[in-house]
Parts: sequence; structure tokens; C-alpha cells
Amino acid sequence: MDEALLRSLTPGVLTVLVRRGADFAAAEDAVQDALVEAIRVWPADPPRDPKGWLVTVAWRRFLDATRADTARRRREDRADEEPPPGPVPAADDTLQLYFLCAHPSLTPSAAVALTLRAVGGLTTRQIARAYLVPEATMAQRISRAKRTVSGVRLDRPGDVGTVLRVLYLVFNEGYSGDVDLAAEAVRLTRQLAARVDHPEVAGLLALMLLHHARRAARTAPDGSLVPLAEQDRGRWDTRLIAEGVGILQPALARDRLGEFQAQAAIAALHADAPTAEETDWVQIVEWYDELARLTDSPVVRLNRAVAVGEADGPGAGLAALAELDESLPRHTAVAAHLHERAGDRETAARLYAEAARKATDLAERDHLTRRAARLNVHRGGR
Amino acid sequence: MGRAGTEENIMAKYLLLKHYRGAPAAVNDVPMDRWTPEEISAHVQYMNDFAARLEKSGEFVDGQALAPEGQWVRYDGEGRPPVTDGPFAETKDLIAGWMIIDVDSHERAVELAGELSAAPGAGGRPIHEWLEVRPFLTAPPTVPECLAHG
Repeated sequence: MDEALLRSLTPGVLTVLVRRGADFAAAEDAVQDALVEAIRVWPADPPRDPKGWLVTVAWRRFLDATRADTARRRREDRADEEPPPGPVPAADDTLQLYFLCAHPSLTPSAAVALTLRAVGGLTTRQIARAYLVPEATMAQRISRAKRTVSGVRLDRPGDVGTVLRVLYLVFNEGYSGDVDLAAEAVRLTRQLAARVDHPEVAGLLALMLLHHARRAARTAPDGSLVPLAEQDRGRWDTRLIAEGVGILQPALARDRLGEFQAQAAIAALHADAPTAEETDWVQIVEWYDELARLTDSPVVRLNRAVAVGEADGPGAGLAALAELDESLPRHTAVAAHLHERAGDRETAARLYAEAARKATDLAERDHLTRRAARLNVHRGGR
Repeated sequence: MGRAGTEENIMAKYLLLKHYRGAPAAVNDVPMDRWTPEEISAHVQYMNDFAARLEKSGEFVDGQALAPEGQWVRYDGEGRPPVTDGPFAETKDLIAGWMIIDVDSHERAVELAGELSAAPGAGGRPIHEWLEVRPFLTAPPTVPECLAHG
């Protein structure tokens, strides 16, 4: 069965139901039921018109649920509380769904879950597995999210920025369980870019493609992280890189710079270097200066210090680092790296070990521990 | 919502760890076998309600209780059965059980641990027991956060 097709139809089916008068929460439940049914039935009996099939099944489910609900209400003698007629969405329904599911009233986790289900067409079970929580927990998270946005009208344009944050979060979650969330984020961002002409949407899509292109080279067969400088660049996906650069360039030419475009520009400069030694670090430092102006993020300032260390030597990098707060996450890891580049193995080994103790991510902790171990072996110490 | 490229975890898992022994003394520090049966029931009810509430809020992952006594086991070489030892009465740190939560922030994890610590004990008053809150290590993000090792 073509699951990608099934998912790409989801937002369209959902908006058909809403346009027919179903309220968003009930329509979304009905579509979810239809998706689960499609996954069960389609492999043996593929429909000729998949979207028509989904609309028919979802609408029937919606009517069944409404009738059951009405009957229950009648039994409870509250027949006067009929659900109000649903909002009628404007021209591009799918776009409105993106805005609704990333509505600022939602917490990031709620927005992510709702987007994956209502726009992405993933089942609750798939989302629960991807985020390693029980299905019942994820189901509750999604119901709460739907209740939160139940009063929001579908007919007004929303904030593209919040949608981009949600898609970025999904992309960053990477791959866990049976769903490739990074690939799903790329798909949803492509779908968005086809509907919105906005340089930051293009910037985010380019950023995703450029990082996605390096994925195969980022981990060794044993699962350990391979740093950028040591990656086998022959394993980078040149097609994705070309696509990312092709999307980024016209966006940058519009001269409405944003943080996703700047991040993508840095990723493009890395992708452009045939070897790590040929990286244009001077330009990368300039892009980090732009990013620092745009975001004031501590991660940006730390990465800038690393880039300065490559462009002007480890001494300059350590000087840039000295201006930053030592309590920043990864400050110690960056210091270890710069000391190693400067040839001070003893300090580097000590700092790598300290950075490993502070790491919040398992692969990163193991990587830093290996770094320390390697330097300690070379020094002959145990 | 955080910024792109900043330290941001959408949801993070935390282990709330309850100790039989090894934690600092609780405020209402009366052993459970000295409570009235009603006080025990009230305590169990509170714990169940707490887990149910977390499931409703979409934050519950797991909760388990452990028997107080266990064995120590270690490998003893090729072809030999593992060596077992204990239980040792003098073991200082003894885990009683845990709850795993998936929450939006560290502050929320602390808030929930505080509520769990308010479970009623002797006299129907909160136990105020010390719970350990430990973050899970995460998977690496798709967009590396540090140039030095991404």
C-alpha cells in the first residue's frame, strides 16, 4: 500500500468534512478512523479513487459518531445541546490546517502531535511510537490539543513562523520507532512551500534537505556519531544538496533574511566543500555573525567560536569562547575541541571527560567519552 | 516556543524515583505498617489518581513498584553459572519504584514530583517524602547543535 499517498490525502479529506459542516475535532476523529481502516483494507483491496474512498468512509464514520452522540444526548435529555455548525474554511484549506495545528495557544508538544495527525495523516499509534510514549497518553495529548483549538476559526491566515517551528521540531526528532519523522517533516514542509511564497519557508526546506543529505554519513555502523570533519563526503546525497541549494539561492536573493535561511546558508557552505580542509570558514563566521544578530542564541555564539577557531586558528577561537558564559550547555565541549586543535592534549582530554558528564544526549556523551579516551591513550595514561 | 538552533527539547522524559532507603528522611516519616488501613487505602488511591491524571494530561509513560528484596548477580566466567549474593540488609540505597513522565519542561517535572511527594501517609497528612528526579538522556537532534562534534 502507498502510505505516502494515503498521508498526502489526509488534509484534503479532513477539509472536505469540515466544509460539509463537521466540526474540526469530530471530523479529525472520523478521518483518523478512515485512515486506520484504509491501512487495514487497502493492501488486499486497493480503491480506484483513494481520496473518494477516504471521504466516503470518513463521512460515514462522522455521521455514525454524530448519531450515537445525539442519541446519547437525547437519552441524557439534553437534546438542545446540538453541536454548532462547523466553520467554513477559505480558499486553501490545507494551509488553514497547518495554521490551526500550530496555533500559538498550543504547547509545542501538542502542536507537533496534532500536526502529525491532522496534516501528516499519521495514526496515533505511529506518533506514540515515534515519541516513545503509550498510545493512550498520545491519544489524550491529541484530544486536549483539539479541545484547545476548538474555538479557533479556520478562515483567517495564521502565523507562518509558528508553523515553521513545529515542522523544525518534528525534523529534529529524527528517526525513532517505525516512522521516519525527519522524512515526514521534509514532506510536510515541501507541501507547505508549494502553498506559501515566503523566504523563510524556503529557508527551512533548504535547511532540512541539506541536513537530510548528510544523514547516512552522520553515524558509523555501530551507531556512534561521526563529526562533520570526519564524514565520508562521498556518502552525502548530492541530489538533495543540489535541491536544497536551488531552493535557498532564490530565497536569499529576495533579501528578506531570517534564521532558517542563515542556517541553511551555513549548511550549504559545508555541503559545498569537497573536503573538510577546503571549507570556507571565513564565510561561515560571517553567517554566524548574521545569525547572532537575528537570534541571540547561545548555541549560535558557541558555534561561532568553533568557526572562528577554524578561520583564524584555535587561539582566536578560545578568545571568542572566553567572551561567553561558561555555564552555557556545550561550552566545555567546545573548549575541549579548541584545546585539542591547539595541541594541548592534556587539557582537551580533561575537558572532554567533563563535557561527557554534562551531556544530555546519549550519542554525544559516548562521542565525547571516546574523544577523551583517545587522547588519554595517546598520552599513555590510564 | 524556543528558537531554531537553540537548546530545545520538545518533550523530555524524567524518571521520578522513590526510595525505600537512601533518601533523606521524610517530614511525616512513619513506616507504612504503622498506618491505619484507611490511611493505606487513601495513599494507594492518591497514587492511582495521580497516574490517571497524568494519562489524561498526556504526560504519563510508565509507573512500576519494586519488591524491597532482590539479589546481586554477576558473571563468573565462561561456562559457569552466574554468582548470586544478597540480599544485603545493609544496602544503603534501595529503590521502591518509579514513575516515568514525558513533560514540556524541567519545571513541570519538579512540579509533578512535588505533587507525588504530597501523597497522604500517617494521620492522612502528606508524607513530604524526597523523590529523585532524573532526566533521560535523549537521542541526537537531526540538526547538530554543536559544530565541534556534529
